[in-house]
Amino acid sequence: MFTLEKRPTPSKAWAWGTPFLAVALTMVAGGLLFAALGKDPFAVVRTIFWDPLFGEFARYLRGQLLVKAAPLTLIAVGLALGFRAGIWNIGAEGQYIIGAITGAAIGLAVYPTESRWIFPLMILGGAFGGWVWAMIPALLRTKFNTNEILVSLMLVYVAETILSKAATGFLRNPEGMGFPGSRSFSSYAAAGNPELIAGTGLHWGVVAALIAVIWAYVLLQRHLLGYQIKLAGQAPRAARFAGVSADRLVMLCMGMSGALAGLAGLFEVTGPAGQISIDFNVGYGFTAIIVAFLGRLNPFGILLAALLMALTYVGGEMAATNLGLPSSAIRVFQGMLLFFLLAVDLLSNYRIRLAGAAREVR
Amino acid sequence: MARDVLLGLEGISKTYPGVKANDGVSFSIGAGEVHALLGENGAGKSTLVKMIYGLVKPDEGRMTLRGQPYAPPEPRAARAAGVAMVFQHFSLFDALNVAENVALGMDNPPPMRALEGRIREVSEGYGLPLDPARLVGDLSAGERQRVEIIRCLLQDPKLLIMDEPTSVLTPQEVDILFGTLRQLAAEGTSILYISHKLEEIKALCDEATILRRGKVVGTCTPREKSAREMAEMMVGATLNVPKRAGKEPGPVALKVQELSVASPSAFGTSLKGVNFEVRQGEVLGIGGVAGNGQDELLLALSGELRTPRDTVQIHGRGIGDSGPNDRRRDGICAAPEERLGHAAAPDMSLTENALLSGAVRRGLTKRGFIDWARTRDFAEDVVRTFDVRTPGIGTAARALSGGNLQKFVLGREIMQEPEVIVVNQPTWGVDAAAAAFIRQALLNRAEAGAAVVVISQDIDEIMEIADRFAALNEGRLSEPVPTQGLTIDQIGLMLGGAHGMHQAEVSHVHA
Repeated sequence: MFTLEKRPTPSKAWAWGTPFLAVALTMVAGGLLFAALGKDPFAVVRTIFWDPLFGEFARYLRGQLLVKAAPLTLIAVGLALGFRAGIWNIGAEGQYIIGAITGAAIGLAVYPTESRWIFPLMILGGAFGGWVWAMIPALLRTKFNTNEILVSLMLVYVAETILSKAATGFLRNPEGMGFPGSRSFSSYAAAGNPELIAGTGLHWGVVAALIAVIWAYVLLQRHLLGYQIKLAGQAPRAARFAGVSADRLVMLCMGMSGALAGLAGLFEVTGPAGQISIDFNVGYGFTAIIVAFLGRLNPFGILLAALLMALTYVGGEMAATNLGLPSSAIRVFQGMLLFFLLAVDLLSNYRIRLAGAAREVR
Repeated sequence: MARDVLLGLEGISKTYPGVKANDGVSFSIGAGEVHALLGENGAGKSTLVKMIYGLVKPDEGRMTLRGQPYAPPEPRAARAAGVAMVFQHFSLFDALNVAENVALGMDNPPPMRALEGRIREVSEGYGLPLDPARLVGDLSAGERQRVEIIRCLLQDPKLLIMDEPTSVLTPQEVDILFGTLRQLAAEGTSILYISHKLEEIKALCDEATILRRGKVVGTCTPREKSAREMAEMMVGATLNVPKRAGKEPGPVALKVQELSVASPSAFGTSLKGVNFEVRQGEVLGIGGVAGNGQDELLLALSGELRTPRDTVQIHGRGIGDSGPNDRRRDGICAAPEERLGHAAAPDMSLTENALLSGAVRRGLTKRGFIDWARTRDFAEDVVRTFDVRTPGIGTAARALSGGNLQKFVLGREIMQEPEVIVVNQPTWGVDAAAAAFIRQALLNRAEAGAAVVVISQDIDEIMEIADRFAALNEGRLSEPVPTQGLTIDQIGLMLGGAHGMHQAEVSHVHA
């Protein structure tokens, strides 16, 4: 039938084309799924992909897109650096939680002092918290050769336990009448992360995400460290020959991704979430893994992927409430997206030939 | 020619995207004939034998075996028709013994006890001593090859294909192999022998077919031609033999003193108390059968393996404990044997690969940021000076042929003008013209005052360019001796006449 033929060099055109092809295929297959559920497939796809951007409530929903895309971008950009080097930080969710707790703790410790230095200090604290949490698997890997996938993943559950202790114990709002949860940052101006322009969803986290994208792009394209990251991922022995220290790279990549995840947590807790609560984390750290790959581990690709992912979240919620679509159908839809992306990924390294078939017949 | 034709090829063509690997190839092999297939790298030899062995299907043309149409859809069918092949790279399991490995490669293996008996019988009958109960992980490269050959012989082949069989053998082992092949030919088995070592072909083969760029450019009777004539047919140009300057060497540039280091890989060979000195303008050739510590020696000199400070000294200063980039700064450049994955990153462009080792000495970075313009200039320079055939410097390293990539890798190191340059297998799998070019470049570097260390399994290469010779055997280095006046027999004994022949010593060869 078909034969696959390895390309001598990976196709640049397909590397960029496959995400779009994957989205198109997802719309078709998803449409069939929705039709099988008895819904109008066009209406559903339109609700998910069109309405959040240009529909009736687009003004509000577009802001929601930024709010959801910002932490995904921040985390995924950091993860992508490690993934490129073959360093698998799967525990960004934990680093996100710890970053939020340490950053928030700084602000809450000095409450109700008003100073313009408080928020910058909290940002540093958030990054530091995430960095420390990521250093645990990094150190264990370099000193004891443990597997960073397992260690970082399991530290997520430790972080979640610490979070519930924080929300119910050491960071609980003393004036909250015993309810779990910290003081609200929306009513504490020096430590808050409000919308910069009302109604746009634009907060400091969005700004930080954009800076992170540009910073990572420059790092990967122009800086020796970015080159070493790519080299270590593609050809570890060549990296050793080039004088790259594998241990140093593990520390740097885990550290950078941890700090960025911590920052995402800090911006979330001080802005959209507003307080430390038991269920503060909603899985951004895990979704960011998908986003990183969807964006081909390229910083700008990740920005687009994060917006697309945010779109399926926001649009999916709309479809669930407005059209009565089961929320599990939306999740299948998101799964399809990743599935098709991985499937058509093949095209950038291989080409499909029909010629083999003709020869067999003869 | 009146002879019994065993295998005939007529107008065989095979096209891969962008390259015609074989273009109307026709030739025939007589029964009991040792037929050489000669050609540069990329001339289409491998594709051709893969078609004969059923691994690849030809686009056009037809083959006949004993007069019958022959088109094996898979190697199993080729074996059933009596065609067997010994590959250049062995497919053996280190953790299994000889008999088990043989059984794994057979379509219908007999019971183990019977098989062991057959292995003994065949190995003694053909002068290839081999104990079926030994672990393959403990065998030398020559012995491993015997396992592959015996596996083929047990199937009683009519045609035995051998792909560059002598690249891993000592001269004595080569003699044994040739004895076996001659015996097989005398019994009526045809042999298709692929090599670029012309002296071997002259010694062994009855007929030769010469390929260039996928086409047959000539046939000859090797005994009647000189090696040089055959090489020129193969390359299609006149060859230049490297010239040596013959200058007096200067002071000691590189000194290695009691260098012992454990191998980083499980089946590797640790270095044991290696000592040598190389003076400015001198070429030291280090010979040895593969897997006797060559890789480890290169790693210890390039800085990928670190050792106590004074074990490696440049101009009298200890640098054994510094990493690759510090050593480059101090003037040592190295080119490892494995081109793809070690000396170069396969998926990166030539520009990016130029940065890989050239960053320090060529000043390709500024405060941590890469100067891509300078890097591209450097890559262009290497491509131009070393005649690397590539569409451009943006091409991925893996898209280059082995010889071209080797020229790029060697060029990258030489053009950094190192004071000490260490190369491992500088011309392995490289065609004759490129090999001559690389050797000349190394000699030029020596003439410019560098100390050159050439680690090579190609004795002819060492004799051609080295001033002194030392043999690496099981991680120990012999006392270096001047190459002038050294005979092939003496070299063979230095390389380890002790192992292989009568299965005395155990040597480790990594797979």
